[in-house]
Amino acid sequence: MQKIGVFVCWCGSNISATVDVKKVAEVLKAEPGVVVSENYQYMCSENGQALIRNAIKEHGLTGVVVCSCSPRMHEATFRKTCESAGINPYMVEIANIREQCSWIHKDIEEATEKAIILGRTAIAKLKLNAPLTAGESAVTKRALVIGGGIAGIQSALDIAEAGFEVDIVEQSPTIGGNMAKLDKTFPTLDCAACILTPKMVDCAQNDKIDIMTFSEIESVKGFVGNFKVEIRRKARFVNEKTCTGCGVCMQKCPAKKGLNEFNMGLNNRPAIYIPFAQAIPNVAIIDPEQCLKIKNGKCGLCSMNCQVNAIDYTMKDEIVEREYGAIVVATGYKPISLENFNEYGYDTYKDVVTSLEFERIMNAAGPTNGQLVRPSDGKHPHVITFIQCVGSRDTSGCGKPYCSKICCMYTAKHAMLLREKYPDTEVHVFYIDVRTPGKNYDEFFRRAVEQYDVDYIKGMVGKVYKEGDKLMVQGSDLINDEQVIIPSDMVVLAAAIEPNPSVRKIATMLTASIDTNNFLTEAHAKLRPVESPTAGIFLSGVCQGPKDIPETVSQASACAAKVIGLLAKDTLKCNACVAHSDEMICTGCSVCENVCPYGAITYVDKEFRLGGGKTEVRRVAQVNPAVCQGCGACTVTCPSGAMDLKGFSTKQIMAEVDAVCKR
Amino acid sequence: MQEINKERKPLIVAFCCNWCSYAGADLAGSSRLSYPANVKIIRVPCSCRVNPLFILKAFQRGADGVILCGCHPGDCHYTTGNYYTRRRMSLLFSMLDYLGIERERTRVEWVSAAEGAKFSNVMNDFAKTINELGENKRLEDLRCKD
Repeated sequence: MQKIGVFVCWCGSNISATVDVKKVAEVLKAEPGVVVSENYQYMCSENGQALIRNAIKEHGLTGVVVCSCSPRMHEATFRKTCESAGINPYMVEIANIREQCSWIHKDIEEATEKAIILGRTAIAKLKLNAPLTAGESAVTKRALVIGGGIAGIQSALDIAEAGFEVDIVEQSPTIGGNMAKLDKTFPTLDCAACILTPKMVDCAQNDKIDIMTFSEIESVKGFVGNFKVEIRRKARFVNEKTCTGCGVCMQKCPAKKGLNEFNMGLNNRPAIYIPFAQAIPNVAIIDPEQCLKIKNGKCGLCSMNCQVNAIDYTMKDEIVEREYGAIVVATGYKPISLENFNEYGYDTYKDVVTSLEFERIMNAAGPTNGQLVRPSDGKHPHVITFIQCVGSRDTSGCGKPYCSKICCMYTAKHAMLLREKYPDTEVHVFYIDVRTPGKNYDEFFRRAVEQYDVDYIKGMVGKVYKEGDKLMVQGSDLINDEQVIIPSDMVVLAAAIEPNPSVRKIATMLTASIDTNNFLTEAHAKLRPVESPTAGIFLSGVCQGPKDIPETVSQASACAAKVIGLLAKDTLKCNACVAHSDEMICTGCSVCENVCPYGAITYVDKEFRLGGGKTEVRRVAQVNPAVCQGCGACTVTCPSGAMDLKGFSTKQIMAEVDAVCKR
Repeated sequence: MQEINKERKPLIVAFCCNWCSYAGADLAGSSRLSYPANVKIIRVPCSCRVNPLFILKAFQRGADGVILCGCHPGDCHYTTGNYYTRRRMSLLFSMLDYLGIERERTRVEWVSAAEGAKFSNVMNDFAKTINELGENKRLEDLRCKD
């Protein structure tokens, strides 16, 4: 006979304000099998846990039901509590009377009644629980970082610093990401390249870090501690090991019409190119779309001029298979496409540019060598108008509903740099709100207004049109309550940022959840912000939500700390709630093997005694508990009912249905 | 359609997968987005853990509607579980319809961990539908009642 203890938590007033916790405890005490039923203000507190431990010892409890918050919150806590008091941690069930009851219902009677039913349901399930033991699996002491921007770089450096091997997989030909394209960084105005490139070099020189650029994730198998990843190393047609990055090939290449991706397509580059001077790895790559030799077999100039014979026009993609214990997603962002925003004339007028393009124009290594000139005619602009929130905070469906977070600050930076370098320019900024939370951020913005005399206009822009040589920016000035038209020489759009488009595919491969805006979901919005709900997957940088460089770097290091914590373990406890087959019933039909996404089911021929000295050999299913993840697909598909899932057995769920339906 | 009387509120059983929809329900809770109290959630590791027998059992025990919530197609924590759910349930639900359990009493919805608002909307909408349909007695087995 089981002896069950019920513990009802008040959660301060979170539960007790809408659920009569004392009544719940009292009613549940009368349930068959329940020997003790208590209520306490905070069950998860040390005192609350002590209450549970004492009750277990005093009453010799065999199982515990805690009526509290979501099991996703404190199931692990209470399992540990019970384990420390000597009962199997899987003899604990949680009735979620906070998220599913007190927080969403107002009527006390109704909420109390529901809480009682939820408690009964948990008791009904617990009566069918069996003690479970989790197996153990070894941890592969190597991490994979997907994305080589500042987030990926920082995470990789920190993990390597702790002594673990890390691979960075980056889809473009160099690491550095968006930060490498920036000119200066707010709020200190130090040069992005000066602070980023040393970190890139550190990565390249660190013998614990292996950088795979121009590579993509092909497939991911396995689970926390034991991921098997296939990486496609795309053909760059240049041998990475022999190329010295001398750049002679770039000068000799006759096909110079490729758009320079690093300069946001503002100028051209040869078909064979090094993305930028400080690229890591500093080796060339051939764009097969542009290369005359690859396209029609005529040319070969680069190969003829290469001193080290690094060029190989026949190079093919290569698939590399590696094993990892943890995976960091640091896929970053890109500015949104502006096709839905014709009113700003981005596609029509060359002098309407995005902020990232403007960043390249201002950069000394950019397409104009740092000279501020208009893309259309190369003239120096005198009036420059910035438009904020282009596609951010947009509920019309054209843009993104969220705030991109970085635009207010980088626009203030641009305005300030402009006025500093070219005091003859006049700078206007249209804004909805200026948002500058962050250390020294508001001071920075105020400097732009007060010291550099930047004209901030609160209001949105209706349209940008051309009149003669000028771009006319028509918008509203909400403070003076009037329509304004600003004849400008150049217009800069603060385009919203969105997660890198590759993240959807990657998230699917990792089975990591993603929100409606394609940002990866964290395990807990406040308390587990750098972990995905999928064990072993960690989130670094903008893939989780818009953030600036300081925040990205902090998150990247936090992420590394979590990875190090995982890799420092030799073994991990496996999921104890795994499938198992009843060999006496199993007919060996193979249906379960077909639906198992992990290949956890195998078949063995086993001898069974039939009685009377006779035996028979039958083929039966066996589940590998280290590989099974406990989804339960096999349990439903099994025609004979031999397959069941520990912790979520058919009988247990049936008992829950029974209890829930009891009126 | 008969109106459900005040004392006998319609009963809805919601099976939620642990990774997306149960977390979505938690988010609905922490965002204080309400839905009727007669929606009772049963946690399963994956929507594909829901055996058709559980649904038959629920109707037998007097449930008026059963809803399954899982991760969006392509986002299943176990890669493919929700595809099985989708196929199994479309078969089961049409069979139930044939048996007289109206198609509207059964539903599969995809709710992610980030969709607290969707969870609450789905539950409110489903509860409204079930309310309009009235009591379900088609499979109810009085011998199962205590």
